[in-house]
Amino acid sequence: MSTTLPDAAPASPGGETPERRFPSAPLFLSGPAALLFAALVLTPLFLTALLSFNQFDYATGRTGGFTLEHYLAVVTDEYYLEIFLRTFRISALATAICVVIGVPEAYILSRMSNPWRSIFLLVILAPLLVSVVVRAFGWSMLLGPEGPVNGALIALGIGRMKLLYSEGTVVVALVHVMLPFMVIPVWTSLQKLDPAVEQAALSFGASRATAIVRVVAPQILPGILSGSLIVFGLSASAFAIPGLLGGRRLKMVATVVYDQYLSDLNWPMGAAVAVILLAANLIIMLTYHRMVEGHYRRRLG
Amino acid sequence: MSFLELKNITKRYGPMTAVGDVSLSVEKGEFVSLLGPSGCGKTTTLQMIAGFVEPSAGTIRLDGRDITRAKANSRGLGIVFQSYALFPHMTVFDNVSFGLEMQRVPKGERKPRVEEALSLVHLAPYAKRYPRELSGGQRQRVALARALVIRPPVLLLDEPLSNLDAKLREAMQFELREIQRKVGTTTVMVTHDQAEAFSISDRVVVMEAGRITQIDQPYRIYEHPETEFISRFVGKTNLLPGKVATATGAGATVSLAGIAVPVETAGLSVGETVTLCIRPEKLHLTAPSGGLLTGRVADRFFLGSQWLYHIDGPLGTLMVVTPNDGSTPAEQGAPVGLEWSPSVVRVHRGAMAEAPDVALEVTG
Repeated sequence: MSTTLPDAAPASPGGETPERRFPSAPLFLSGPAALLFAALVLTPLFLTALLSFNQFDYATGRTGGFTLEHYLAVVTDEYYLEIFLRTFRISALATAICVVIGVPEAYILSRMSNPWRSIFLLVILAPLLVSVVVRAFGWSMLLGPEGPVNGALIALGIGRMKLLYSEGTVVVALVHVMLPFMVIPVWTSLQKLDPAVEQAALSFGASRATAIVRVVAPQILPGILSGSLIVFGLSASAFAIPGLLGGRRLKMVATVVYDQYLSDLNWPMGAAVAVILLAANLIIMLTYHRMVEGHYRRRLG
Repeated sequence: MSFLELKNITKRYGPMTAVGDVSLSVEKGEFVSLLGPSGCGKTTTLQMIAGFVEPSAGTIRLDGRDITRAKANSRGLGIVFQSYALFPHMTVFDNVSFGLEMQRVPKGERKPRVEEALSLVHLAPYAKRYPRELSGGQRQRVALARALVIRPPVLLLDEPLSNLDAKLREAMQFELREIQRKVGTTTVMVTHDQAEAFSISDRVVVMEAGRITQIDQPYRIYEHPETEFISRFVGKTNLLPGKVATATGAGATVSLAGIAVPVETAGLSVGETVTLCIRPEKLHLTAPSGGLLTGRVADRFFLGSQWLYHIDGPLGTLMVVTPNDGSTPAEQGAPVGLEWSPSVVRVHRGAMAEAPDVALEVTG
């Protein structure tokens, strides 16, 4: 999305702009944030990448030296392949459901008038105030064998169902957690929309549905795109939800990393899986971004 | 029976009446402008004709058919929005073609009609561009072509020229009228710019606080404003409070601060309080002793084709506009005389209302 630069500050009498007087000002001003980013994000990432090339001795638990065996193991072992595929399948599904639920939700929200709009915006954002762990436990109580959902199923004569520790449950819980991250960017791009554009479509005889599909949706695509990227990225690296609702058997990549670090104590292996997840995530997201945004760049600017 | 007919249209928002009891008949092929300051209800009236706002009371008939409760997308009107409201993700061609597509015009027929509409507004070479690659004036033309291509029974223009710079606005004004004449579409335009309304409309509807105060041809509104508000809002005017001194069958004399001024209004009674309106261009400068009044040039402004003088005299400061005919203008501070013909004086009965400066009200 394009950003507009604020107008340049009025030139001083000598014709000198502030930039010319303090050529290092931008560097100086962005310095603290850059340092913080380098210290807290790049350093651990770099150390993790280094660690992933270390050898691991099961007998002594020592690490050191250089090897590609962890990467080879992940790439060749079907166990890991299945976990990666499952992770991306679950993330893609959660993203798709978030689009299907979140976009209409944002549209309805943008059409509400105050005070309802503010109230419902708060309702949408409120779950973010509750820890993901707490919400995951909430879902496990709700869906557990003795939970209210199963109680209702038994009362209806359908009988007890195994709801927990399944892919479906993880997807549902992920959608619940990620929905605000879809609604907010879509809502923001809806705010930028000229309401007369939709009226124009109606005035030319379009039905409301046609107006939304042909005129509104293409214009909020950048918002849907950023929402999808956030939801997919967060879902693919989600830990608490699959950890608590997926159980021991239904593993996702983040839970495998955790197991490697803390159960097997094979830190290099865990690091290798984490690096591959990061790389795969980056590739998927950049490809998606290029595909969708590139298509609309010329039109929407 | 007229083509578009508004009958006692009213729109209330809670206790506030945005539009009250508006009745208007528009003939087929006519160009009518709704003129008024912002907040006078003109846009709400247009939105009710378009179907975006539902009237609280009254009926709207189009070609004999009652469309008061009809949905906006079933009315088939062509609308040019103030913001143009072009579809930013579609090319100029697709923008114009959209209305035809919605009317299920066959594809083979669509192309020539879109091309025809684009050449009408001189945009044929730009068909493949996107709106953001066009200038403001070009976007305006796309909006017009998009509205006209569906051959609407009525074309609605919502402040169509307000986003253009002064020079372009003037050029587009005449072009708009020329195009409207060529296609002959009945047109209703909303504007707060009196010059725009006057130069291109067949009739002008002046609205004030949600009500219509005068419907007439542009020059008649200018020459015979029915209310003091209109004479203030439309063009510049000198307003002079006075009392009727003598009255005869066909005319009267009005005493303005002790000076007797003849007027040609019948039916006034002696002693009545009146306000006289005299347009600045109807006053003429003469030699200091020759006119009805004498005064002194307090200020003068050169407007290119005209001179605007502020003349201090016994009636306060009067505005006088004289054409720049190449002769030497009156100097600042010079004594001058003022004269005018009694037939140009308009008389409003009653005292002058203390109205705020209209020039400030109409911007925005």
